[in-house]
Amino acid sequence: MKLARDTWLIFQRQFQLLVRNPVWVFVGVFQPVMYLLLFAPLLKPALNAPTQAEAYKIFVPGLLVLLAIFGGLFQGFGLIAELRAGVIERSRVTPVSRLALLLGRSLRDVVSLIVQAIIITLLALAFDLRVVLGDLLLAYLMLALIALMTSAVSYGVALKVKSEDALAPLMNTVAQPVLLLSGILLPLSFAPGWLQGVADWNPFSWAVDGTRALFAGDLGNDRVWQGLTIIAVLAVLGVYWAARQFARSVR
Amino acid sequence: MIETRGLRKSFRSRAGRETKTVEAVRGVDLTVAEGEIFGFLGPNGAGKTTTLRMLATLIEPDDGEAIIAGADLRKAPGEVRRRIGYVAQGGSTWDESTAREELVLQARLYGIGKTEAHQRAVRALDAFQLAEFADRKCKTYSGGQRRRVEIALGIIHEPKIVFLDEPTTGLDPQSRAHMWDEIRRLRTEGMTVFITTHYLDEADALCDRIAIMDHGQLVAEGTPADLKREISGEVVQVGLDAADTPQAAKALDGEAYVRKLETGDDGGLRLYVDEGATAIPQILRRLDHAGLALSSIELHRPSLDDVFLTKTGRSLRES
Repeated sequence: MKLARDTWLIFQRQFQLLVRNPVWVFVGVFQPVMYLLLFAPLLKPALNAPTQAEAYKIFVPGLLVLLAIFGGLFQGFGLIAELRAGVIERSRVTPVSRLALLLGRSLRDVVSLIVQAIIITLLALAFDLRVVLGDLLLAYLMLALIALMTSAVSYGVALKVKSEDALAPLMNTVAQPVLLLSGILLPLSFAPGWLQGVADWNPFSWAVDGTRALFAGDLGNDRVWQGLTIIAVLAVLGVYWAARQFARSVR
Repeated sequence: MIETRGLRKSFRSRAGRETKTVEAVRGVDLTVAEGEIFGFLGPNGAGKTTTLRMLATLIEPDDGEAIIAGADLRKAPGEVRRRIGYVAQGGSTWDESTAREELVLQARLYGIGKTEAHQRAVRALDAFQLAEFADRKCKTYSGGQRRRVEIALGIIHEPKIVFLDEPTTGLDPQSRAHMWDEIRRLRTEGMTVFITTHYLDEADALCDRIAIMDHGQLVAEGTPADLKREISGEVVQVGLDAADTPQAAKALDGEAYVRKLETGDDGGLRLYVDEGATAIPQILRRLDHAGLALSSIELHRPSLDDVFLTKTGRSLRES
């Protein structure tokens, strides 16, 4: 009960600050729209897709997972600014739940990601993408879990390294192989066997496959529940670890 | 109100390949009574902030124990948190939030209900003369205004004790005087105030009792008056050409009226004597006899700086 209340308090505050600075909506949507407009047209011939809509079915889910990963991983920067301002320390002298300090922030990130995802989905609909609502909601659940995990991990790492200079290269180093090995931009079905073998060890590759299956209306595909389970377990672990960083001494 | 025994904390710091253990706090025993303004004095790096952060539950002591407002620091840190307020040295407000928002949030983090939190915020804004800009973003505030918001945040839940870490550092003289009034007001409202400072005049003017910390240990504790009385007598400061100092020290050391003699970094001598009026002529005669010319001679009563100097062998201003 206290956890829910505290989480809500932190979420409210973080969300209020986010809304007050609406530039993020523009920035957050501008880049994916560029991908949709400038990159996706290459995909129909490249993927040998029969129609543009088919190409979007493959590309849009990948793009959304990409946003969830990157959007989450770079949230730590905001936390470092808060650390520096003393806001985190001010929270830590109160009896507020340490888990709530993390969850309130991560849930804000999840909500802002879902808003982005909705905008992009609506745009893609204009390009003749069609997806069943139930499948779409499950796909959003996948995205939410990914964002929850990556943002929690990013906050945890931020509390450990405490400096933007260390956080930026660290996150980039993690993000790049994760991105390349998840088949986000092009499906890994084009990949040679060894590369597919490596990608099988990347949880995000399972998430991307699952999300693609959902956009294709293939709810029964094993990759759907497998992807959801893997990401859910990782999200719980990520949140647990990051909340411990909040409980530990800072600085 | 606060009772500590043997508090210790060391940090491991890494410089290149070597790891060094720095003993920041090396066994602190403190007693702070209810309703007093307790000053924690010492140069930068003495371990003041580390001690304060331990008492405020922000870092865990390696060893030792403390009872704070009746709660055990090691066993019930959550209970301690509810009973204390803490205002950090480096600030704690967010640029994009307003004072009112910060106050309401802080109250709510302490478990206070929404309506009550809003009422308390209004009261705090009035008490700290912040009402005028309550709904402006914190980044528009002056240093003194911001510090007042931070203190208001630290006591929004009406704690029994409030810890203020260098509350006046970086403030202009007027804001500083204003802050002293605010701190005295907290005591009037029944709070115990624990402040750290490296300003001697502040400790002297504001604090009921002080403790002096150096190299992670307490070197003195008492009321400012008692501590000053401990170095009974007066201080004669003699200005000399630096080249003459050793010779002058030799000439004066061992004279019956000189209780203690110290060489300052500026080449001058500080002589602790029982009575300045009788000592000065003798000092002058002795130096004249030794053929030494002096550039100045001053007499003053011991200050907290003298207390610090006798306890640590260094001047607080220099360290």
